[in-house]
Amino acid sequence: MGLSRRDFLKNSVAGATAATVGLPLSKQAEAAVKAGEAGWQWDKGVCRFCGTGCGIMIATEGGRIVATKGDPDAPVNKGLNCIKGYFNGKINYGKDRLTQPLLRMTDGKFDKKGKFHPVSWEQAIDIMEEKMRWAMKEKGPHGISIFGSGQYTIHEGYVAAKLMKAGFRSNNIDPNARHCMASAVVAFMQTFGIDEPQNNYDDIEYTDTAVLWGANMAEMHPILWSRITNRRLTHDKMKVVNLTTYGNMSSDIADLEIIFSPSSDLAIQNFIAREIVKRDAIDHDFVNKHTVFATGPYDIGYGFRPKNVEKFASADEMEIYKNEKVHVIDKYEAIAQRKKEGEAVEQKNTGTAMKDWSISFEDFKTALEPYTLDFVAEVAKGDPDEPMDQFKAKLQTLADLYCEKGRKIMSFWTMGFNQHQRGSWVNEQAYTNHLLTGRQAAPGNGAFSLTGQPSACGTAREVGTFAHRLPADMVVMNPKHRAHTEEIWKLPAKTINPQMGSHFVKIMRDLEDGSVLFSWTQVNNPWQNTANVNHWIKAARDMNNFIVVADAYPGVSAKVADLILPAAMINEKWGAYGNAERRTQVWRQQILPPGQARADIWMMLELSKRFKLKEVWGEQPIPGLKAEGFADGKLPSVIDEAVKMGYSPESTLYDVLFATPENKKYKWPDPIAHGHGNHVCDLLKDGWFPEKALFEEYRKFGMGHGHDLAPFDVYHDDKVRGLKWPVVEKDGKWVETAWRNNEKYDPYVKPGSGFDFYGNNGQKMISGDLDKSGDPDKKMDISGKAKIYFRPYASPVEKPDANYDLWLCTGRVLEHWHSGTMTRRVPELHRAVPSAVCWINTKDAAAKGLKRNDLVWVESRRGKVKVRLETGGRNRVPRGLVYVPWFDEGVLINKVTLDTTCPLSKETDYKKCAVKIYKA
Amino acid sequence: MSEQGPGGLNPSRRDFLVKLAQGAAIAGTGGLLWDYILRNEARAAPYALRPPGALAENDFNAACIKCGQCVVDCPPHILKLQPAGGNLPIGMPFYVPRTGACIMCPDIPCMKACPTGALSPKLKKIEDARMGLAVIDIENCLSYQGLRCEICHRECPIKGKAITLETHPRQTSKHAMFIPLVHSDACTGCGICEKACPTEIAAIRILPHKLVQGKIGEHYRLGWTFDTEVTQDFKPAEALPANAVDAPVPKTAPGMDYLNEGGL
Amino acid sequence: MSAIPPFGKADALASVEKLHSRSAAAQVWSWRYIILRRISQFGILLLFFGTTHWAWQVAKDVPLLRGNLSASKFIGLIPLTDPFAALQIFLTGHVLRQESLIGAAIVLGIYFLIGGRVFCAWVCPVNVVTDAAGWLRNKMGVQAIFHIPRTLRYFILAATLLITVISGLAAFEWVSPIGMAHREIIFGLGMGFTALLAIFLFDLLILKNGWCGHLCPLGAFYSLIGKTSLLRVRFDKNTCTHCGECAKICPEPQVLNLKKLDERGYVFSGECSNCGRCSPICPEGSLKFDFKPLIRGHNVQADAIAVQRRTK
Repeated sequence: MGLSRRDFLKNSVAGATAATVGLPLSKQAEAAVKAGEAGWQWDKGVCRFCGTGCGIMIATEGGRIVATKGDPDAPVNKGLNCIKGYFNGKINYGKDRLTQPLLRMTDGKFDKKGKFHPVSWEQAIDIMEEKMRWAMKEKGPHGISIFGSGQYTIHEGYVAAKLMKAGFRSNNIDPNARHCMASAVVAFMQTFGIDEPQNNYDDIEYTDTAVLWGANMAEMHPILWSRITNRRLTHDKMKVVNLTTYGNMSSDIADLEIIFSPSSDLAIQNFIAREIVKRDAIDHDFVNKHTVFATGPYDIGYGFRPKNVEKFASADEMEIYKNEKVHVIDKYEAIAQRKKEGEAVEQKNTGTAMKDWSISFEDFKTALEPYTLDFVAEVAKGDPDEPMDQFKAKLQTLADLYCEKGRKIMSFWTMGFNQHQRGSWVNEQAYTNHLLTGRQAAPGNGAFSLTGQPSACGTAREVGTFAHRLPADMVVMNPKHRAHTEEIWKLPAKTINPQMGSHFVKIMRDLEDGSVLFSWTQVNNPWQNTANVNHWIKAARDMNNFIVVADAYPGVSAKVADLILPAAMINEKWGAYGNAERRTQVWRQQILPPGQARADIWMMLELSKRFKLKEVWGEQPIPGLKAEGFADGKLPSVIDEAVKMGYSPESTLYDVLFATPENKKYKWPDPIAHGHGNHVCDLLKDGWFPEKALFEEYRKFGMGHGHDLAPFDVYHDDKVRGLKWPVVEKDGKWVETAWRNNEKYDPYVKPGSGFDFYGNNGQKMISGDLDKSGDPDKKMDISGKAKIYFRPYASPVEKPDANYDLWLCTGRVLEHWHSGTMTRRVPELHRAVPSAVCWINTKDAAAKGLKRNDLVWVESRRGKVKVRLETGGRNRVPRGLVYVPWFDEGVLINKVTLDTTCPLSKETDYKKCAVKIYKA
Repeated sequence: MSEQGPGGLNPSRRDFLVKLAQGAAIAGTGGLLWDYILRNEARAAPYALRPPGALAENDFNAACIKCGQCVVDCPPHILKLQPAGGNLPIGMPFYVPRTGACIMCPDIPCMKACPTGALSPKLKKIEDARMGLAVIDIENCLSYQGLRCEICHRECPIKGKAITLETHPRQTSKHAMFIPLVHSDACTGCGICEKACPTEIAAIRILPHKLVQGKIGEHYRLGWTFDTEVTQDFKPAEALPANAVDAPVPKTAPGMDYLNEGGL
Repeated sequence: MSAIPPFGKADALASVEKLHSRSAAAQVWSWRYIILRRISQFGILLLFFGTTHWAWQVAKDVPLLRGNLSASKFIGLIPLTDPFAALQIFLTGHVLRQESLIGAAIVLGIYFLIGGRVFCAWVCPVNVVTDAAGWLRNKMGVQAIFHIPRTLRYFILAATLLITVISGLAAFEWVSPIGMAHREIIFGLGMGFTALLAIFLFDLLILKNGWCGHLCPLGAFYSLIGKTSLLRVRFDKNTCTHCGECAKICPEPQVLNLKKLDERGYVFSGECSNCGRCSPICPEGSLKFDFKPLIRGHNVQADAIAVQRRTK
């Protein structure tokens, strides 16, 4: 029976109507609807949103995505999705999709103060080339910058990092993952010497305890939460603890909800450690064999602009910023850090916050001594209406869980830990308690850092799109790492710039003080997601610089840009993401990007054709550069060296970095495509397959030292649903690694060791005591060992006072992804949660003469926004704290937040600053 | 009756009476028609969702003066007066949750604006409003299929009371199901759930109570409440009457019909 | 007792001639009440509309005129209620809130003073439609098909109240084309305009002044209220030439019964809507708005002047 499109439509409408009136469909009509789906083509894909990394199946017909479903074979989600995932098929089709490059112009010429006008790609890349040349001429390689992303595909991140670090010799590329995972990374690197969790999601089904530390998994990792809930329902011993600064959805199934005051998680962790030590719940064998005790300096500042801050800050802001130089110890810090209340401590280690040294177990014990139940309960009780006895009993119960022998524990955290003025410390404290009790890297036992973004691990971290990183955990500051990278990339020695570039917030500050003149935003919305954004909006609009924003939809960042590049979205290009459990997952191009929208890879490759070696590889000024083997303040010319290697000074970056003879061996079309297209190849027209070639090149970095990935085609195998690295070939099969550092599962572990924290192999450490490091020449080898850190409690730098009397915490809601550029284009999600609200405790509202639905100003020392009050619903904030999600550009809450960062990780603390609220 | 003039009636008086009768006839037939139209119009009333504090259907129909002051004072502008030719009784306020749900203003401005008391000032707390009741189509509710949706639950202004989540292990994987349940003792019918529901046609909808709510028999109480102690000083309603023994024999008694008629 | 006015047919014709030969300026001036009535009708509508759609306020959160003709609140302070609607709701058995009782009392009070049917001519939006129909009917020269007594409206009024009691629904409010039209202009369009169209066609083609003059129970209600009005059209028998131009233009010509006018010295019937058509049209200036307590004095004065003139 032939069925026309018209019949099909008619039947769909009949289906819809039948459903409204509650009549069952007739069998005939049902068959007609089925027949209408006969032309659908299905392929596997990945959810665009969070770090959970759910697998989806995508159906296309006539060049359009017609449906998606949860992939029943995906081990993460087994065919399920959350409500964002349910709308994967609709995000590409928002009405205001950007489809043409737009440039600010007056009378046909670029004008910073002009209005946006459509231009061709040729014109767009012309002006970018011109402005990049100008910026590099004025300021050297660090005059340009890229805001990258944890939502980059692996290929995009790799191209961006290589273009900047090898091509332009600039390390000024930093992803929004800086706002998201940087603290976790520092803690991994400091503790284990290698990034990313040892554990995986299957631990949920093995564990007896899930402890959430500042992770509202019920909303932010919905599918993982259903696994935790399932475990809670089916395993009698299972306990769920929710530690948070406000009551949220994750409390609903928690056995224990602990509302703590902002930053006091540092004290609670030390209380647990103290109890473990006091009750001797230590796994001595594990600790002796596999760990070393460590600490570091306390006087590390708050990550504010280090120099000349007063030039850019208001007097109000200076009240807080002055702590960067001298901080006055408060009564809790006095006890926690063994100092005197009111003591003014000069912050000497703001530039050397990462310094650490080993200490003895006795020192460790001494350091923990002040963290008694009474003290910690006083510091940490976050709900003023909770009786102290009850709160103490809760802390005691929590410690009991950690001290219970044989109990398996998983600690999970996300932004509550990471977006924290002492985020790296508090991450490390989580490992401390797991390592002390031997609960790490084993099924059901581990401290597990969840990621927020779909490829924070896969791209931002593994590829290394940070200002200091190179692929596979290497860093630009390390000469060996540079040499290794230069070898793989076939670059002359000393091409790579040894000076760390600017981190995300610093790029903003650089734009503000004029040291960066060109910035390119990719897959991210910096002018909505960066704290204290009033400064950065002004910097972008009022300074003489050039802001390029590639995006799929017009958001705040596009609005402040000078040039907007229409970007292809997921499924409009080939891609790969890596989720929080090290699982690398891939997808093919399913549909074409609309209009002139193009993949970011193509934009970068096109731009790379415009620059020749002689322009970028000559001697380059790098203000402040000091590195062994380099003259102060400059990079040497490597052109002669390049000529020796067979390059010509006239060669373009495209030829040297990307379309290399080796890469060109990967031909397009490729049978692995199964007929799917690749618009990047269609545009390049030179017959190679960049995504595959570059993935294979990138693989070389990880091979052989614990970061191994399988070949491109293996991931694209129809049977494969992503693989957890290291993926090692064994008997002709590519085998993933479930638990790293554990001899039973990890091929890299030294046989017979049981556990082997090989990330620290070859690392040496100075020893010292609690106050200072010892002899720098006496170093001990810590190969195979993880560090157990003591980190003290430190009070938040801005606390509520008489004028700004409330804590402000920001975050997300389940329905919207990040800055809402995609999810707010899905009509259903927009209708469900159309705008951000401010959750406030009913008593606080009443005390201010306010009530639910009132329009109020939320104001801090930095800015204010108008928002409606909510006293009910999903979040139950304690007295003294308000919560505002950041997805809504109409409630640009980052005008209010404070740009303090963890001094180690440079990750912003979006979770606490002081505000006042009054009727608008 | 006066007996003046032919026909027994004074002509002007007769004329008057005829006119009166005619008038009464027109008014009468017109009135019947009119009454029919009114009742017909009112028949649609059970489908309407009324603003908070609205009296029970018949009383509201009687009391609403159709002035629209509630409409003007509704902050989110969700209330409308039904224009002629629609599905609901003309001129009275209603809302359609899917396009505009009640945001449950704590000060209930619509009720305050009502001059007649059709929106009763007895409603003191918006949480006590009963505008309708949320009903879930469990076949099309995403949460009932195992997806992590539950938008209705999260967006519910009295979350945890009006809508709760019940968790169940899922048979086909290691993921729990989060099942939203509506509780009529707390649901105000504001309709934020219906508005927020992400399915193409809302899988949770607000309906007037009488269209959806059942009622268990008066003769039975559910067994899992523990508030029914054995009564200690039992008071019998009546004693056996004194003449119970020598009562007169009646001519007929129950059961005879069946016992005496037909074969076996 | 009164002297027969000393005017004959010729005088009447002369009056008509006088009317027709009015200067353009005088003609425009004679439209003054109709212009004022339109300003009043549309102005009131605009106040309602502006408050609803453009949030007109006198102060923050104090709407200017909230509601519609059934009930409203002026500057957040003064309630106004349609007394007829309130009466019907009262008859359903519902106990009205004090506010609407006060509102009804205020409106009743106003109409007791200025004439109940001032509502019809100066406020009611249907009046614009029926006026238009009447004007067009006149232009087209539509002939009457039949007559029904104008008293029918009182029967309808009685029926309204009776049906209200029986059905428990405010009988007129549920079907009132006035309410429908008015509401839909303010709160959004529906099929209510078809009721207006029906009234227009009825008045135009079937019965002259059909709706307002014969059927509308609200008008009937206000006619009863209007009995006590202080604002009246005074009749000066001394100048009237019986030309009949007033009756020709009056939508309720029965109120201009000369005999009764003569007796009372002013338009006595509550059915008069004080629309102000007769006064400017009268070539002799015999009909003028006046204040009831003063009318007797003014008429005595006019008689005296007339006697004087005649004596001359």
